[in-house]
Amino acid sequence: MQLLHEPSPQMIKEQRIYAEMGLSDAEFQMVEDILGRLPNYTETGLFSVMWSEHCSYKNSKVLLKKFPTTGEKVLQGPGEGAGIIDIGDEQAVVFKIESHNHPSAVEPYQGAATGVGGIIRDVFSMGARPVALLNSLRFGELANSRVKYLFEEVVAGIAGYGNCIGIPTVGGEVQFDSCYEGNPLVNAMCVGLIDHKDIQKGQAKGVGNAVIYVGASTGRDGIHGATFASEELSEENESKRPAVQVGDPFMEKLLLEACLEAIKNDALVGIQDMGAAGLTSSSAEMASKAGSGIEMDLDKVPQREKGMTPYEMMLSESQERMLLVVQAGREQEMIDLFEHWGLEAKVVGRVTDDKKLRLVHKGEVVADVPVDSLAEDAPVYHKPSAEPAYYSQFQQQEAYSPDVANINETLKKLLAQPTIASKEWVYDQYDYMVRTNTVVSPGSDAAVLRIRGTEKALAMTTDCNSRYLYLDPKVGGQLAIAEAARNLVCSGAKPLGVTDCLNYGNPEKPEIFWQLEKSTDGLSEACEILETPVIGGNVSLYNETNGVAVYPTPVIGMVGLVENVDHITRQQFQQAGDNIYVVGQAGDDFGGSELQKLLEGTISGKAPAIDLNVEKKRQEEVLAAIQAGTVSSAHDLAEGGFLVALAESTFGTTFGASVQLQGENVVKECFAESPSRYILTVSQEQKEQFEKLVPEAICIGKVTEESTIDVKGATGEVVVKEAVQTLEDTWRGAISCLLK
Amino acid sequence: MKFAVIVFPGSNCDLDMYHAVKDELGTEVEYVWHHDTSLEGYDGILLPGGFSYGDYLRTGAIARFSPIMDEVIKAAKEGKPVLGVCNGFQILLEAGLLPGAMRRNQNLKFICRPVELIVENNNTLFTNGYEQKEEITIPVAHGEGNYYCDDETLEKLKKNNQIVFSYKDEVNGSVLDIAGIMNEQGNVLGMMPHPERAVDSLLGSDDGLRLFKSILSHWRERNAITS
Amino acid sequence: MMFEVKVYVSLKEAVLDPQGSAVKGSLHHLGFEGVEDVRIGKVMSLRIESNKEEIEDKVKSMCDKLLANPVIEDYRFEIEEVVSQ
Repeated sequence: MQLLHEPSPQMIKEQRIYAEMGLSDAEFQMVEDILGRLPNYTETGLFSVMWSEHCSYKNSKVLLKKFPTTGEKVLQGPGEGAGIIDIGDEQAVVFKIESHNHPSAVEPYQGAATGVGGIIRDVFSMGARPVALLNSLRFGELANSRVKYLFEEVVAGIAGYGNCIGIPTVGGEVQFDSCYEGNPLVNAMCVGLIDHKDIQKGQAKGVGNAVIYVGASTGRDGIHGATFASEELSEENESKRPAVQVGDPFMEKLLLEACLEAIKNDALVGIQDMGAAGLTSSSAEMASKAGSGIEMDLDKVPQREKGMTPYEMMLSESQERMLLVVQAGREQEMIDLFEHWGLEAKVVGRVTDDKKLRLVHKGEVVADVPVDSLAEDAPVYHKPSAEPAYYSQFQQQEAYSPDVANINETLKKLLAQPTIASKEWVYDQYDYMVRTNTVVSPGSDAAVLRIRGTEKALAMTTDCNSRYLYLDPKVGGQLAIAEAARNLVCSGAKPLGVTDCLNYGNPEKPEIFWQLEKSTDGLSEACEILETPVIGGNVSLYNETNGVAVYPTPVIGMVGLVENVDHITRQQFQQAGDNIYVVGQAGDDFGGSELQKLLEGTISGKAPAIDLNVEKKRQEEVLAAIQAGTVSSAHDLAEGGFLVALAESTFGTTFGASVQLQGENVVKECFAESPSRYILTVSQEQKEQFEKLVPEAICIGKVTEESTIDVKGATGEVVVKEAVQTLEDTWRGAISCLLK
Repeated sequence: MKFAVIVFPGSNCDLDMYHAVKDELGTEVEYVWHHDTSLEGYDGILLPGGFSYGDYLRTGAIARFSPIMDEVIKAAKEGKPVLGVCNGFQILLEAGLLPGAMRRNQNLKFICRPVELIVENNNTLFTNGYEQKEEITIPVAHGEGNYYCDDETLEKLKKNNQIVFSYKDEVNGSVLDIAGIMNEQGNVLGMMPHPERAVDSLLGSDDGLRLFKSILSHWRERNAITS
Repeated sequence: MMFEVKVYVSLKEAVLDPQGSAVKGSLHHLGFEGVEDVRIGKVMSLRIESNKEEIEDKVKSMCDKLLANPVIEDYRFEIEEVVSQ
């Protein structure tokens, strides 16, 4: 009956109703050609979501191809729910990062919560036990009440979901810049562990096998979410925004445990999360990957609301749902298994051999389309690219030379910058300890989790300094990969691989596409040299509000392997009397720096230059020194430069530091953000061996009993003399102070 | 000695409790599903943390009606040691095995961090391994740990030495900074901090291990006398 | 007969309501003078099939047993008969 309200195929074409769903004229013509007839309303909906950027990567595919995605340890590259890397002993690590930016801009608590829920499903749908969550967040300046509200609610939403489901939220980053004011970024990453034998694929194999729906019932929430995520936020499209999806972490906890049990059962053939584009993408992709088809009876789909149309059911993005393919004849085993967890599992269809997705509703076929055309044949665009005017201006500028009168005061101001300040206010709200494996908790360069029953541990981090990418997307991309890897090395891990979440503006603007193009060049090159293949990720475009784009922000999630828990190293100083070393020289690198932002209120110039071969050599040397047991603490130099890193190394300890700067230019020594640098501490006994392993390291002073930061210039003049407590209070209290 | 870890839908510290007992204490332990109806053969009952039934009505309110809870109440009456941690504590309150109730944390936020506790009563089967007034470090991780009881109940708790742990510094707004209480008989303990997360110094603290050791040594002594 | 029941649960007067206090502070902050007290509670809507004599006792028992915690919460309810069309 309700079908009567839907426009006829003729009307869809004549009134260009497809355009409202996000299809272009040319794309609609393609659909017509594929089907050899006009699509009906449901079918038009299927194509519009599957061909959205969010599902098809039609605008970014040509660029993503550049990423190195293979390696001897890569068991699963991009294309499945999440990538997989071997960690020895028949075990593997599974991880992926994904954006939930648009939903979070509209309803921050639920947007962030459902983002966490979605990425967890991606990981357990591979058969892996999720062991850790990380979040990379970007907001506008913490100056107005809307931004504060978004920040507080996003954090609460992440906490609400992660804490309840019982997966520790162990790390991530939060940065603040005005470009994110109307369009915050919420990227969630999940890391899982799996035994090789349990690896699952989302495939609908075996004609006659059952297609089983499990989890929450389907409502009208989130219809066209994937299309929504592929458009700019503006006041005009406010009315088009889909109903907010509400997360149910309790349901997901049951679903998680039940699915992990189902995966041990050989009746399971394939499993996939109903994420973006819900039932449509899960069914079409599973069939397409297996070279099969699927026929579903939509009347069997559990429905939360009355009178739902096929269009609504297929496009709903209700949360906490999974689609399973189960051997014919063994359906009841699965139904019983889910019943034990209090979940309903329903057979909604069968695998067919005709490579079609066929949907039946009230006895009538309401859609009949080739699965490959949905999942594989989306158009691929190479959008025009143009170098933005600002870029050549920045390149021609002379190196920025900051004018700093008082080093001591400047250090305090930098420590209070929200991007640098302690994120304790955030991670105090996250249960980062549940499952009792967290060895290095949030607030360090990287989080470290032991792998129970082994000597090994996993280190993980997310990184991206988008200011550098804005100044120079290629170099900025290299810097992002390098920093992530450096963070892992500091914790005692060898970097294994990358998952990336590419957050950009509207790619139809040539300047934005140029940013995308150049930064993927930089990312690819760095991944190649540092031997960290990209095993999966997500693209989020159209991050603009009323025409203003975010900085290019390819968030890098990286995981590394610590061979032995004895190698785990922290950034905090460990004992008084240890020697403090610096690896790498300070250069004139102030473009995009925290200091430039502090002094000028804006950024300009060139991004810090990086030599990836130097980066690699230093990472190898530092890691070797850590593995040899010669390093007491390790911290990388990042935002704010040397002094900030030195101060951070004393926070949370009772120690201080007494050092002498090497170069003449004090401001440069203290605040330049030159890459590939470390602060390492080494005990007297290990000094000799350490210097052999890291010949570049220069000893600049000692860890002191007295809790004071004491920095002298090259000629012995006092540069900084300040109680650690004063600096630490500033750093620790800055964010809660801004939120008041 | 054999422990049971009760698993409710939404429990998420069951694994931590299990490993603390099995790996660090080195004693027998099994999971018991909330639908089960017997606790025969178990000498100690552990109710783990988590979000049973999503904590959707009130923390612990729905779990309290799980079939296994009749057996937990029976075990408590028989004098078996019953330990409820975090959500487990909340369930014991809802079940009436311990007095009082929980409110949302004073700051309305979830709080996860290691905190300093004071052992207020070391003369219990759960705390005989600690010194009286000893300061120990055990993490908390909860959104509703703001303990409340009326004045009359509070007087009773004080008089009977039922307050077992208190927070050294204010954490969540609890009356008298109460972190853990026991019943009058002294065999049921509820506490918000997680001793099972503090059993391995690699993860920061092993101060919680002595709580499990206390239960075990008490059981051994008792069994040595009776046998 | 079908009844539409609304159950209101709130913290007892004597119990500090941290959510309520926060909202009160916020209202003051926004310039709403004169807000003396804010208490936050829950409303639950139930549809119950029952006969007229038993409905009240039934709802009361539900409240005592599960829907409210008598240690810290008070409740009240409204019962309305659903008139079929």
